[in-house]
Amino acid sequence: MGELSRMWREMPSRYRMQGKKCGNCNTVYFPPRDVCTTCHRDSIGKMKDMDMEGTGEILSFTIVHEAPPAFLRQKPYIIALIRLSEGPVITGQIVDIMPEEIDIGTKVRSVFRRISEDGKSGVIHYGYKFVPV
Amino acid sequence: MSDVYIIGGGESKYGELWERSLREIAVEAGLKAVENAGVRTKDLSAIYMGNSLGGLISKQEHLSAIMSDHAGIATEYIPSIRVEASTASGAAAFRQAYLSIKSGEHEVVMVGGAEKMTELYGTEIIDITSSVVDREWEAFAGATPAALAALSARIYMKDFHVGKESLASISVNDHANAAMNENAHYRNKITLDQALNATPIAEPLNLMDCAPMTDGATSVILASEKYVKEHGVKGVKILSSAISQGPFALHSRKSFYTVEPTVISSRKALEQAGLKHKDISFVELHDSYSIYGLMTLEDLGFAEKGKANGMVESGIGIGSALPVNPSGGLKAKGFPYGAAGVSQIYESYLQLMGKAGKRQVKDATYGMTHNMAGSGTASVVHILGVE
Repeated sequence: MGELSRMWREMPSRYRMQGKKCGNCNTVYFPPRDVCTTCHRDSIGKMKDMDMEGTGEILSFTIVHEAPPAFLRQKPYIIALIRLSEGPVITGQIVDIMPEEIDIGTKVRSVFRRISEDGKSGVIHYGYKFVPV
Repeated sequence: MSDVYIIGGGESKYGELWERSLREIAVEAGLKAVENAGVRTKDLSAIYMGNSLGGLISKQEHLSAIMSDHAGIATEYIPSIRVEASTASGAAAFRQAYLSIKSGEHEVVMVGGAEKMTELYGTEIIDITSSVVDREWEAFAGATPAALAALSARIYMKDFHVGKESLASISVNDHANAAMNENAHYRNKITLDQALNATPIAEPLNLMDCAPMTDGATSVILASEKYVKEHGVKGVKILSSAISQGPFALHSRKSFYTVEPTVISSRKALEQAGLKHKDISFVELHDSYSIYGLMTLEDLGFAEKGKANGMVESGIGIGSALPVNPSGGLKAKGFPYGAAGVSQIYESYLQLMGKAGKRQVKDATYGMTHNMAGSGTASVVHILGVE
């Protein structure tokens, strides 16, 4: 990957799940958005930072066997669609559990983990993954 | 506004073409199309090229300019534009060419689609193909295009009690049809058993649920009504063209197994063409993953949501009520990202002209094509016909 400036820029969202809340209709967005998809221009200047609690439930999941280079050491790994308690649905990894022990509906919480690394001597990317509650 | 016709086409072999470069296969397809259409390269008033990953795979952008240059007409100084809409680049390029003639701006236009998928090592290409999904919020977490299709598949199978057999049948059908297509990447038939027991890629999807990495290029030539009449050329008419774009990431959508852009663009295309589902003689659809074959049959309106399995089980082969992917589809004819949409159009041209050989659909009058971007970010639907 080798995307140092991007990782630096995204730290608040990657490290403490900082999203946005529309000051007009209170809809919560994670990943963050600059404009509310319901209020459109009425939300401009009213999108406030908001940290997610990091709890949620699995809506669907897959076990990935064919992975890109940055994830080769982790395979096979679980990728899931997770509905956060605040409402938004996100894509994330489920760790510290065997695939047969999870299902659609399993409750999870976020943990701070190493996500991927840019080769042996490159930058290490950190962020959230999820473990069963 | 002018009606627009496809007056010819051509393509390279689809497969692992290690000995050939991106520009070679693109130009080969282009020149074959020109020859087939009976025009001269100097007659072209514009070129539109669909190409998705040229910059990342072959480290070459602006494939349209390469095409014009290596087709020998750079000094005609005509417009030549690359169109990018990830895996729907081909159909998006075709649509731009169609609009350029319909508007009256151009008379004869070349549309090309080309992609060289086998230039890199296996795992590197997985990272590059992940650029058709949301890099920051999907691929960053380790999601790949196959993983996203698998997420749709698992919840679809659970909600509608659909078994893996129904997904596998999509791939079995593709291989059966590709066996009759000499340009196809995989011309071997596969059994349901083989399809069900292949090595896992992203569970519940296995290797036989996933379209391959294919090198390939296809071109078609479009012409105005005026050109067709003046030159007494026979062609296939473009009856309608629709494109729709929805939320980028799978997690941002209302449904994980309904692709709204497919629903909307197919509805529009049928309306514009003044046709009903029963009028369609065959469909070429975007089954980059087998689950998308089922989802698309439903989103196009040929089956109710969750019920495409019934249709697939009763048969979707060449002689069926609605032949699906007579070309062999993305799974078996092959899946060069930016070429796939043009490949579907070319197959429809052959079918409607009665030139599809062993895989000819009987009495083919109207054909529908469906090309999709990534996990369902956008869809392009065209309806072609002969009068």
